[in-house]
Amino acid sequence: MNRTFDWDAAGDALPLLLEGFRVTLLATVLGTLVAAVLGLAVAVAGRAPSRFVTVPVKAVTEFVRATPLLVQLVGAAALFTSVEPLTIGIVVLGIHYAAYTSEVYRAGIDGVPKGQWEACRALSMSPRRTWQAVILPQAVRNVLPALGNYAISMFKETPFLAVITVHEMVFEARAYGADHFAYTEAFTLAGLVFLVASYPTSLLMRKLEKRLGH
Amino acid sequence: MSDFFSTLLDELPQVGAGLWVTVQATVLGSLLALLLSFALGLAAGSRLLLVRGVSRTVVEFFRGTSLYIQLFWLYYAMPQLTGYELTPLLCGVVAFGLNYGAYGSEIVRGAINSVPRAQYEAAVALNMTPLHRMRKVIMPQAWVQMIPSFTNLLIQLLKCTPLLWLISAADFMTTIEHIRSLTGETLTAYLLLLAVYFVLAYTLTLLMNLLERSAKRRLGLHTGGRSLFRTRTAEAVTTAGGTR
Repeated sequence: MNRTFDWDAAGDALPLLLEGFRVTLLATVLGTLVAAVLGLAVAVAGRAPSRFVTVPVKAVTEFVRATPLLVQLVGAAALFTSVEPLTIGIVVLGIHYAAYTSEVYRAGIDGVPKGQWEACRALSMSPRRTWQAVILPQAVRNVLPALGNYAISMFKETPFLAVITVHEMVFEARAYGADHFAYTEAFTLAGLVFLVASYPTSLLMRKLEKRLGH
Repeated sequence: MSDFFSTLLDELPQVGAGLWVTVQATVLGSLLALLLSFALGLAAGSRLLLVRGVSRTVVEFFRGTSLYIQLFWLYYAMPQLTGYELTPLLCGVVAFGLNYGAYGSEIVRGAINSVPRAQYEAAVALNMTPLHRMRKVIMPQAWVQMIPSFTNLLIQLLKCTPLLWLISAADFMTTIEHIRSLTGETLTAYLLLLAVYFVLAYTLTLLMNLLERSAKRRLGLHTGGRSLFRTRTAEAVTTAGGTR
C-alpha cells in the first residue's frame, strides 16, 4: 500500500480546497465578530453592580470555556436541526470564543487607571457615557493583539465545523481523500494552506503587540 | 429520560472503558507535550543558531497547521504514505503531544526569559556549572511561572480529546454518542457529555493549582487556600503564553 506523494492529485484537489477555504474564512470572520461583540457584552455585564447578574454570567462563561467545542457544536446541530449548519457553526464558535474574549476585555478594562473612572464621576458623566467615551476606547486598544490571537486560534479550529457538515476546507479535503483515495495529498495541502495563512497573521499580531508596548 | 439512563447502566462497562480512553489520551498526550515543550523551549534559548532555527521551525510548523489536520494526517495519510499504522488512541496522543508541545515550548521559553537577569548573573558569580544553574536557580523560578499557562493548555488538550470520536478511538464521546443513537435522547446525552467534561476540566485545574502551590512553597512563597479553586484564564495567555 506504500505510495509516494502524487502531485497530479494535489493539483487536482487544490481548487476544491480553495473553494472550501472561502467558507473557512467566512466562518472565522463572522465567528470572530460574534466573539468580539458578545465577549464585550459579557465583560461589561460582569461589572454590573448586582451579584444577581455577575454570578450567573461568570458561571456560564466558566462552563462554556471548560467544555469541548466539538460537543457544543454537535449538540447544537442535533438540537436545532432546522437551522443551517454554517449558521450554527458561526454562532457556536462565537459563543465559545466569547467566553475567552470576555476575559481579555475584563483584563483590558481592569487595566484602565482608576483615575479615569474617578474623573468621569467628577464630571458627573452618565454610566453609558463613561463606558462609551472614556473606558472602552482605552480598554479596547489594549486588547486588540489578544483578540487577534484568538481569531487565529479560531481559524485553526474551524475544521471542527466539518463534523456538522459545513463544507469548509477540511470537509472538502476529507471528501476528496475518500473519493480518490488520496488522503495524503488532500490533508497535506490543507495543512499547508493553514500554515501559509496563519503564520504571517501571527507575525503581524506580534508586531502589533510590540507597537502597543506589551 | 429513564430510557437513556437504563441504557447507560446496561452499557456501563463500555462507558467506563471510553472514559478511560479519554483519560489516557489526556494524560499521555500532555506528558508528551510537556516533554516536547521543554525540549523545544530550551532549544529556543540555545546559543547555536542552528538549534534555535530548528526549534523555531518545528514550533511554527506544528502551531500553524491545525491540530485537526495533524490528527487526520496521522490517521488517514500516514498509513497511505508509509504503510505504517498507529492505533487511533496513539494517533491522538502523538497529535495532541506535538501540537500542544509546540504551544508549550513558548511557555517554557517565556518563563525562562522572565527570570530576572540578576539571578543568572549571581549563579555565574558563584561559579555554578550551567546545568547546576539551570536546575537549582533558573528552573525552580521559571517553573512557578509556567504552571498557570500549562494549566490552560492542559484544559485545551482535554477539550480536544472528543476528536478521537472522529477516528473511531472508542473514547467517552463515542460511547455516549452510541447510547444517544440507541435511545434518541439528544438533549440528555449532550448535557451529560458537557457535565462530565466540565468535571474533568475542573479536577485537572484543582490538581494543577495544588502543584502550583507546592512549587511556590519551595520558593518560600505562600498562597491562601482560596486560590486553589480559582480557574485560570486569559491573563496567563497574554503574558507567558504569547502569540497563539
